[in-house]
Amino acid sequence: MMPLDLVLWLPLAGVLLLALVPDHRIAGRINVAVAAATFAASVWLAWNVLRTGPEMSPGKLFYIDAFNVYLVALTAFVGMTTAVFSRPYMEHEVGRGRVGRQRMRLYHAMYQGFLFAMLLALTTNNMGVLWVAMEAATLTTVLLVSLYRTPESVEAAWKYFILCGVGIAQALFGTVLLYFAAERRLGAEHGDTLLWSVLHNHAAQLDPAVLAIAFVFLLVGYGTKVGLVPLHNWLPDAHSEGPTPMSAVLSGLLLNVALYALVRVKMLVDGSLHTQLAGHLMMGFGLVSFLVAGLFLHRQHDIKRMFSYSSIEHMGLMTFAFGIGGALATFAALLHMTVHSLTKSAIFVTVGHAAQIAGTQQIEHIRGLILTQPPVGWGLLAGTLAIAGFPPFGVFMSEFLVLNATMKSWPWLTVPLLLGLVIAFAGLLRHLQPMVYGIPPAGQVRVRANMLPVAVHLALVLWLGLSIPLFLSGWFEQATRLISGGLSL
Amino acid sequence: MHLSALNLYGQGILVSAALVLFTSFVMLAQTRIQPLIYAFAWQGALLSVTTALVALVSGHSHLYISALLTFGLKALLIPWMLYRMARRLHIQREVETVSHPSLIMLAGAVLVVFCYYVALPVAQLSTLVTRNTIAVSMATVLLGMLLMITRRAAVAQVIGFMSIENGLFFAAVASTYGMPMIVELGVAFDVLVAAVLFGIFFFQIRASIDSLDIDRLNRLSEKAE
Repeated sequence: MMPLDLVLWLPLAGVLLLALVPDHRIAGRINVAVAAATFAASVWLAWNVLRTGPEMSPGKLFYIDAFNVYLVALTAFVGMTTAVFSRPYMEHEVGRGRVGRQRMRLYHAMYQGFLFAMLLALTTNNMGVLWVAMEAATLTTVLLVSLYRTPESVEAAWKYFILCGVGIAQALFGTVLLYFAAERRLGAEHGDTLLWSVLHNHAAQLDPAVLAIAFVFLLVGYGTKVGLVPLHNWLPDAHSEGPTPMSAVLSGLLLNVALYALVRVKMLVDGSLHTQLAGHLMMGFGLVSFLVAGLFLHRQHDIKRMFSYSSIEHMGLMTFAFGIGGALATFAALLHMTVHSLTKSAIFVTVGHAAQIAGTQQIEHIRGLILTQPPVGWGLLAGTLAIAGFPPFGVFMSEFLVLNATMKSWPWLTVPLLLGLVIAFAGLLRHLQPMVYGIPPAGQVRVRANMLPVAVHLALVLWLGLSIPLFLSGWFEQATRLISGGLSL
Repeated sequence: MHLSALNLYGQGILVSAALVLFTSFVMLAQTRIQPLIYAFAWQGALLSVTTALVALVSGHSHLYISALLTFGLKALLIPWMLYRMARRLHIQREVETVSHPSLIMLAGAVLVVFCYYVALPVAQLSTLVTRNTIAVSMATVLLGMLLMITRRAAVAQVIGFMSIENGLFFAAVASTYGMPMIVELGVAFDVLVAAVLFGIFFFQIRASIDSLDIDRLNRLSEKAE
C-alpha cells in the first residue's frame, strides 16, 4: 500500500511545511516539488492498479478501482502543472502589491490542503469520509477566493462558503439516510456499513424508498459543488474573483471530484431501485445546466467569469451523459471528465497570463494578444477551440460520443443538445476573436509566462482526440462496466 | 408509538427533542444578536442531553463521546467564539428588522408538518427508540435554512448554518444512533474549522463594506452593464 500512503501523506506534509516557510519564493518551489512528488506517487499507484487490479487498503478505508485511479492521477497531474504555473504568476501578483507575504504563506499551505482534500475524497471507500473531504475542499479554498481582499472577492468567498456549506449539508443528510438504510439490512456490528464497497455489494437489499429520498438529498448536496443550475450561483463568482491558479484547480478538479461523488452514489441507488429515477434526475439537471450556461456565455464581460460558465456547461453535459447511463454514454462522460479537466485548467493558466498582460479581466480591454505575446495568444486560441469542441481535440471526441448515445436512447433530446453546443460555440468564439486578433491597445506589455503546462495539457487533449492509449481505455471500459451495470461496450 | 407505552427515559428523549425544536423557533423569532447566540448555545446543550439520554437507553457507549463533543463544541466553544466576536465588532446589542415575522413563524410551523410527512416512510422502517424524533431532526435542518434565508446579518446567517449542522447531527443520532466514530470526528473538525473561518470572514466583510449586512454584498450579479 506504499504508493497510496504517499499520495495522501505528501500533500498533508506539504500543508504543515508550507505553513512554516515565510519566504514566498522558496515556498513556491517547495509547492512545485511536493506536487510533483505527489504526482509521481500517483503514477506509481496507477501502475500497481494496472498490473494487479483494484486495491483495498488493509483497514478497508481506501479503495482504488478503475473509476478513481485515473482521476487520482489526473488530479495529481493538474495539481502539479498548476503549481508550476502558480510560482511565477503569484510572484508577479506579489510584485504588483495585490497580495502580501503573510497571505502567500496561507496560499501555499491551503493549495496543498486542497489537493489533499480532493485526493482523500477520491481514494476513500467510506461515504462519510467522502463527505468530510468534500467539505474540507470548500474550507481550504474559501480563504483563497478572498485572497485579494477586494470587496468583490470577499463577497464571492462569502457566497461560496454559505451556498456550498448549506448545499453540502444536504449531502450529509443523504449520507445519514444511506447509513440508515444500510444498517437496517447489514447491522452495525462491523462498523463498515458506510463503506462504499460493502454498500455496493448489498445494494439490492437496501430499502428503495429510503434510498430514493437519500439520492435527492445527495444530488442537491454534491450537485451544488458540481455547479448544476440552479445551484450554480457561487461558481462564476468564486472562479472569477480568486487568484487564477485557484480558478484552474477549482474548475479542472473540484467539479470533477464532486461529480465523481455523485456517480458513486448513483451506482448504489441504481442497484437498489432498479428504475431510472436517479438517471432521469441527473439528465434533467444536466441538460438544464448545459443550456442555461451556454446562453449565459454570451453576456459575459469578465474573461474568467465567461470560462467558468463554460465549466458549468461542460459539467452539465457530463451529468447528462452519466444520467443516460448506457455503456456508450458512460464511456463518453468518463472521457469528457478527463479532457475537460485538462483543457479547462490549461485555459485558466492562459487566461491568467492574458489578464496580467492587459492588466484587467474585462474582455473588452483584452485585445490583440497574438501581437503582444504570441504564445499566450495562440494558447488561448487553441484552448478555446479545444473546449468549444473543435476536432481533432479530445473534447470533440467525447461530445460526439455523447451525441451518439443520445441519438440511440433519447432521439428527440439530440435537438436541444445540438442547439446548446452551437450556442456555446458561438458564445465563446464571439468573445475570443477580438481578444486574440484585434489591435493591442497602447501600454499592453509582455509578462513572464510559462506556457509549458498549457502546451503539455493541450498536447494530451489532442492525443486523446486522436487515439486513447490502451491502459486508459482499459480503465474507462472497466469503469463503464462498473457504472452502467455489467454492460460491455 | 404511544407515549404512554414509552418508559421514562424514552419520554425524556422526546421531551428534550421537542425542546431542541423549540429553540429553533426561538432563534427564528429572536432579532437581537446576543440572545440569538444564547438560544443557539441552549440548542447545543439540549442536543447533547438528548444524545446522552439516547446513549443511556440504547447502551451505545460511543454516543456519550458524541454527546460530550457536541456539548463542548456547540454549547460552549462556538457560542463563546461568536459572543466574543460580536463584542469585538460591537454588534451584540444590534436589533435586526425582520420583515413579516409572524409569516416566518407560520412558515416554520408548516415546515415541521412537512417534515413529519416526508419522514413517515423512514420512521415506519425504524425500530429504534428515537424513531419519533427523526422528523424533529429534519425540521431543525429546515428551520436553520429558513433562519438563513430570512436574515441579513452575517452573524445570524452563521447561527443558521450551525443550527443546520445541529439538525444533521441530531438526524444521525435519531435514525442510526450516530455515524461511525471516524466520520463524526471528521464532521466535528470541519464544523470547528468552519466556525473559525466565519470569524475571519466577519472582519473581512466589515473591512470591505463597513457593515455586516449581507444585503449590501451585491456587487457581483448577472446584470447587463
